[in-house]
Amino acid sequence: MSLLLEQVRKSYREPNGHRLPVLDIARFELQSGEQVALVGQSGGGKTTLLNVIAGITSVDAGRVLVDGVDVARLNEVRRDRFRAERIGMIFQTFNLLPGLTALENVLLGMTFCNRVDRAYAAELLRRVGLGHRLSHRPRQLSVGEQQRVAVARALANRPRLMLADEPTANVDLANQQKVLDLIRDACREHGVSLLLVTHAPEVSAQFERVEKLADFNHPEASP
Amino acid sequence: MSLLTIAWKSIRQRLLASSLTGLSVALGVALMVAVLIINGVFGRLFSQNSVGYDLVVGPKGSQWQLILNTIYRVDIPIAKMPWRFYQQIAERPDVGTAIPMAVSDTTEIGDFPSVATTKEFFKVPYAYDDRGEPRHFAIPAEGHAFLRGPWDAVIGAEVARRNGWGVGSTFRLRHAGTETHIHEEEFTIQGVLAPTGTANDRTVFVDLRGFFLIGGHDEPIEEAIAREMEYFGETEEQVRQRYAAEIAQMELEAAAHASGGEGHHHHQDPPDLIKGVSAILVLMRGNPERQEMHALARGAQAMHMAAEFRNRLAAQAVPPLQVISQIRERLIGNINLALLVLTVLIIAVSGVGIFVSIYNSMSDRRREIAILRALGARRSSVFSIILLESLILCVGGGLLGLALGHGLVFVAGPIIESRSGYLIDPFAFEAAELWLIPSLIAMATLVGFLPGLTAYRTDVAAALAE
Repeated sequence: MSLLLEQVRKSYREPNGHRLPVLDIARFELQSGEQVALVGQSGGGKTTLLNVIAGITSVDAGRVLVDGVDVARLNEVRRDRFRAERIGMIFQTFNLLPGLTALENVLLGMTFCNRVDRAYAAELLRRVGLGHRLSHRPRQLSVGEQQRVAVARALANRPRLMLADEPTANVDLANQQKVLDLIRDACREHGVSLLLVTHAPEVSAQFERVEKLADFNHPEASP
Repeated sequence: MSLLTIAWKSIRQRLLASSLTGLSVALGVALMVAVLIINGVFGRLFSQNSVGYDLVVGPKGSQWQLILNTIYRVDIPIAKMPWRFYQQIAERPDVGTAIPMAVSDTTEIGDFPSVATTKEFFKVPYAYDDRGEPRHFAIPAEGHAFLRGPWDAVIGAEVARRNGWGVGSTFRLRHAGTETHIHEEEFTIQGVLAPTGTANDRTVFVDLRGFFLIGGHDEPIEEAIAREMEYFGETEEQVRQRYAAEIAQMELEAAAHASGGEGHHHHQDPPDLIKGVSAILVLMRGNPERQEMHALARGAQAMHMAAEFRNRLAAQAVPPLQVISQIRERLIGNINLALLVLTVLIIAVSGVGIFVSIYNSMSDRRREIAILRALGARRSSVFSIILLESLILCVGGGLLGLALGHGLVFVAGPIIESRSGYLIDPFAFEAAELWLIPSLIAMATLVGFLPGLTAYRTDVAAALAE
């Protein structure tokens, strides 16, 4: 099993001091190599869920097992290290560093797990069709190319779990399918589990397993 | 990719702002380097090693004036002292060497000060080096330093360079305090001194006998007699009696001159009565038999003689180092301190500039920091990246400043040298510069700390959601 969430609760403190429950998940799992599309309303907690799984956001209660490790029980330094080693993240806005070239952005994905491998980074870029764009900076690349660099970067640390937050939302229609195919093929090729958040029905329709967050997340029932 | 590379790339991303902040540090450091080097030059000039003499004996008056005139060749002499007084000093058992000096006229070309003295002047050390070893005058290549004839001269290195003079060149002196009164007598250069880094470099040394033989330097007999009376407590009669033969000869010559005859006898020594010296450089005898006690004995003898002279009405014996340290502490030291404080402030302002530049960029870079954290960077890693940026700007700016500062000294050194006469080594390096880089590292840590802390505290989820 690649991912298992049990009795996970997360709430935020509002300015008036009250706590706003965002996540209350009894159980959610993802098998190794499985690809799941997660859909739900805006503000429903999808991004928070991804952040909880990545160890960016801590939980109030529950277990978050990623690749057998309970991320929720790790201290922050170990969570950072775990994220650097086992999790790949793709964002809606690509989040490439503007001062770095395509190759350097991919290398960045390896930096914090101390697995810098220039040849592998170049190879990843070649596989996403950017072998001729290694030394280009993000502003010199098209939107579709930028997201492809982001995909290569997410794969750079050889992750066990890929978390993608609306990766096609900012990509033009012509490139949406290409980017989606790229992410899914790459995950399949590397044996990486994929949890992809999307609003687009045409995207979620391509997944065998589609989960609605509201079906397993019931924050309104939180104490 | 290392954190240093990430920091460097981030600086390059904000090239204009980074260059300007780095440049502000560089300019501050360059100014500081220049100030340190010039400070070093003046520090050595007014250091405890800058003078080789135990005492300077001169007429009563300002100690500063006596030393500035005798050692640094600025300001005018206080007055003149009788030759007999010099002889008395030279014959004292506690005095090893006494060198008479008359500082007054300047060269017709270049307006360099002249010192009339004897060949003894070149035999004693003019200063000491940093290890306390005596520094003697050296004459490179041709020429000899000693003033053999009355019209011989030896010149400092700067005079030779600026006036293009060498051995065999001749020059004339302009009478002190006048613009147009040029003495007709010519001195011939017998030697050019090697550079010393002291006022000797911009001085011409002429033979004392020749100086007294120059027309206009022989004072009226009445003035010379009055001086003798003041220094030795004798009556006019006693003085006239002592110098009866000389006075008779002088009166004879004066009468001959008045009737159109020859006024000056350049082939003979001038009478002692009219030989007035402006200062006497004294090296105490010390204890030559016991070398280990020699310096101590010299110091004690100098102190004793200086104390003895405090009760004299006409003359004073001044330990030059005492006055030099006063000049350094009260005048040069304060100016240098002010300049140093100013440059430290300039660097501090550049540090604030770096702080403002990095701190302001932090709001734009929240997302960048969050991306790094999302990719697995620890809080301490993003803190280090910001600190490294500050270090690169401070130390990079500092190194550039060091190069600029030395470049400035290299270019401006000869100009200052030609205007002031003080030797400034274009490749000079001050030990204090070694503190610059550690200080800059400390400053970088200080100014990078708060922005680093901001990066450290960045809420990753919130920043990514922005």
